[in-house]
Amino acid sequence: MSIIKEHIIQPIKDCWSLIVGLKVTGKYFCKPLITVHYPREVIDDENLSTYGGHVELIGKPKDPAMPKCISCMMCVTNCPSKCLKLVKQKAPKLTPEQEAEKKRCEEAGEKFKKPKAPKNPAKFMYDYTLCSLCGTCIDNCPAKSLKFSNNMYWVATSRKEMNIDLLARLKEQATKLSASAPKTEAKPAAAEKEA
Amino acid sequence: MNSFMQNLIPLVIAVVGAMVWLGLNALVLVYCERKFAGHIQRRPGPFEVGPHGILQPLIDGLKLMGKQLLTPDNADGFLFWLAPILSMIPVLLLYMPIPYGPTLTGLEVNLGLLLILAFSSFNGLALILAGWGSNNKWGILGAARAVAQTVAYEIPLLLTILAITFMTGTLNLTEITNMQAGHIGNWIIWKQPLAFIVFIIAMFGETNRAPFDLAEAESELTAGFHTEYSAMGFGLFFMAEYGYMVVMCSVCSVLFLGGFQGPIPGFEGWWWMLLKTYALLFVMIWARWTYPRVRFDQLLNLNWKWLLPLATFNLLATALIIKL
Amino acid sequence: MSAYQNLDQMKGDFYTQKFEAGKQDGTLIINMGPQHPSTHGVLRIVIEVDGEYIVRAEPVLGYLHRMHEKMGETQTWGGFIPNMGRVDYGHAMAWNWAYVGAVEKLMGIEVPERAEYLRVIMTEFNRLTSHLLWWGAYILDLGAFTPIMYAFDDREMLLDILQRPSASRLTYSNFRVGGVQMDLDDKCIEMMKAFIPHFRERLPMYKDLVTDNIILRKRIEGIGIIDQDMCRRYGCTGPVVRGAGVPYDLRKDEPYSVYDRFDFDIPTQDSACSAGRYHVRVAEMEQSMRIIEQALEQLDSAEGGHIVKKAPKPSMKPPAGEAYFNVEGGRGKIGVYVVSDGTKVPYRVKLRAPGFSNLNAFAEAATGTILADAVAILGSLDLIIPEIDR
Repeated sequence: MSIIKEHIIQPIKDCWSLIVGLKVTGKYFCKPLITVHYPREVIDDENLSTYGGHVELIGKPKDPAMPKCISCMMCVTNCPSKCLKLVKQKAPKLTPEQEAEKKRCEEAGEKFKKPKAPKNPAKFMYDYTLCSLCGTCIDNCPAKSLKFSNNMYWVATSRKEMNIDLLARLKEQATKLSASAPKTEAKPAAAEKEA
Repeated sequence: MNSFMQNLIPLVIAVVGAMVWLGLNALVLVYCERKFAGHIQRRPGPFEVGPHGILQPLIDGLKLMGKQLLTPDNADGFLFWLAPILSMIPVLLLYMPIPYGPTLTGLEVNLGLLLILAFSSFNGLALILAGWGSNNKWGILGAARAVAQTVAYEIPLLLTILAITFMTGTLNLTEITNMQAGHIGNWIIWKQPLAFIVFIIAMFGETNRAPFDLAEAESELTAGFHTEYSAMGFGLFFMAEYGYMVVMCSVCSVLFLGGFQGPIPGFEGWWWMLLKTYALLFVMIWARWTYPRVRFDQLLNLNWKWLLPLATFNLLATALIIKL
Repeated sequence: MSAYQNLDQMKGDFYTQKFEAGKQDGTLIINMGPQHPSTHGVLRIVIEVDGEYIVRAEPVLGYLHRMHEKMGETQTWGGFIPNMGRVDYGHAMAWNWAYVGAVEKLMGIEVPERAEYLRVIMTEFNRLTSHLLWWGAYILDLGAFTPIMYAFDDREMLLDILQRPSASRLTYSNFRVGGVQMDLDDKCIEMMKAFIPHFRERLPMYKDLVTDNIILRKRIEGIGIIDQDMCRRYGCTGPVVRGAGVPYDLRKDEPYSVYDRFDFDIPTQDSACSAGRYHVRVAEMEQSMRIIEQALEQLDSAEGGHIVKKAPKPSMKPPAGEAYFNVEGGRGKIGVYVVSDGTKVPYRVKLRAPGFSNLNAFAEAATGTILADAVAILGSLDLIIPEIDR
């Protein structure tokens, strides 16, 4: 009896497993595609908003072209891959009135307050070819001035292009934001009209 | 002389027709395979070249024709280049006896089935030449395996065809098709279901396809017999393989599924043949993208321990029933 | 000048020469070379083949050696974490955890409860991605081209979930000394809760398409016996040893973090063959989901934040001493041993990779099998070569 089971029934069951496999692939053949057919389709924005692309600066709320960065160099020193380069701004040259004030203070024996250098950086270069996307710079920034971008569709044809000027990028984003602002103001107006 | 010329012109037309059919089939099948594979895997498949990728196989063929033909060092040049040609030419011959329509037979041969069986063995010879001529230890290993597989799977094929021949009494494919005229119940598949199953499995093994494709996609382990071929050498093997697939599926649909006969009388035509052949081809492509590969010794085991006894049993049963 | 003309003068490299020294008569020596069509990585196996049967096999490592342990001696304590993501891209979070756990032990930092739960959830999700990748790649090695695409469909959903707290999709480095980098937002938790029933529905499909398939069963049953004795000799851990019948899992035997609060089983199989290891990993996926479900429920009642208050900076200076921390990774027991001499750069970081011990069992398991089985055995060991070579 077990011989019959082993040599006849079991092979039939095994062949049935093959048919079941065909049914599974046949079922998936008739289902819609799941790939995102770039460039005809793109990844939806919600998913893309959490994507961790390269690092970029965050602008001040009132002045989007100015980063929140205070040039403390925490990101530069803590980066494991040494891919950030920051050049601080120097103190501005003294204007003629300030020169006169300085002379007056020296003669009077008072201390002259030198104008301070602005805190935001003069140059902020980021070499993406070295970055390991660890987020250490983001974590350690006391001004919370860095974040991951959503730049997923970025391609470059040379190493130089991957050396991003973060300040220029921030300025570009700020101008794009201000260019699209009037449109966003128009939308709520239209919605109010309908309501 | 006159009758010679009378016979020659249709023959030439038939051969040219066979070449066109082979070429078209290769193009269509390559496209179908890649599209089916894509959709089974839920991705688009070829899409960019031409609308929905229709021109893809054409451009692939042009690319293959434009590549450099390399002969490996110390390889036997004559055998090396004879192999793909030898693989390709018999396929044209195999298209001759198959009745694609009521009047669409290349060459009506009384011994059509025998012709097909005999010349399909050339594939095995071509594989050996390819492996040997490559001067590559992996190539020889792969070719030896492929030949063992092809030779082994011809036997159940032969035995099932013999069973059908016992039933119909003829080796002429057109006559077998005509015997299945009438309604769908006349098809031979209802009278020989076991033979159908054995034939289908032997078909997979004979054409080195789907779960039995050790020679073709063995690149995970050994490089296979066609590793050293570049450009058109590879292209010819490829086309020949699709050609054999189409031949086998056509023969299967003629023998079991009624060829160009429709399901109800009066509806016969070449479109039924095409439909049935392509349905079987679709099954072959479907099976390729579903199953993992069978190990080589299990492959031969399957043949010698399962297919051969089943085919023999089928033959004896058929003979017995006919006698009674 | 053809290479073949110098055939008798070509000797091969150090490994080939040593291997050829023990050659028997009538055998062929072939290389399953550093370039594989399979997806394991850059691994070279020198095999002596007699006809079809493997007489001797020897893996040659080192093609992917990137000196992570040396980088551990030049990188700051906090700056070494991205390295751990690259050591094993399959289960990067487990490696992160092992290193960060060792440093926390050294510094005596207590991780807040919520951070522990977050670590458990993320690591178990990462284990799911690792097993799915293994599954797809294994079946691809054996010749079926579609199951890997179906596995990647699920894996894409998982990566979309895991990119939220870590901003990475493969090489995670979001663990920090004292917690994790980011907390999970509500949308993320919602997606996690939605994924589990979806994946539970998909598992029967995997079973129908692949696990029950007779062709696959014939390929992996009885192949590559690595029994308990062999495991003990080579130090194999993970699904390799659980496939041999030993229920050894660090999450139950040496519970770390909050694993002792969850109720889950350790799947084992007694067959010690490739099929056993296969079934163990498929069953582990289900158990991982159980852990995740329980962790998500208990997450709301956990105290603390996602990182300890006053978390140490990347340039921290732990007190001099040594610490070892081990973690159950997707491949086995991951261990990191750190030695500190009080400066902001470690003195020594030793990484114990489970794949290294598992691979060594291959040489013995593959003798006497057919060449086609070598691929099946190699796949069932679930090797990621970067972690073997480090």
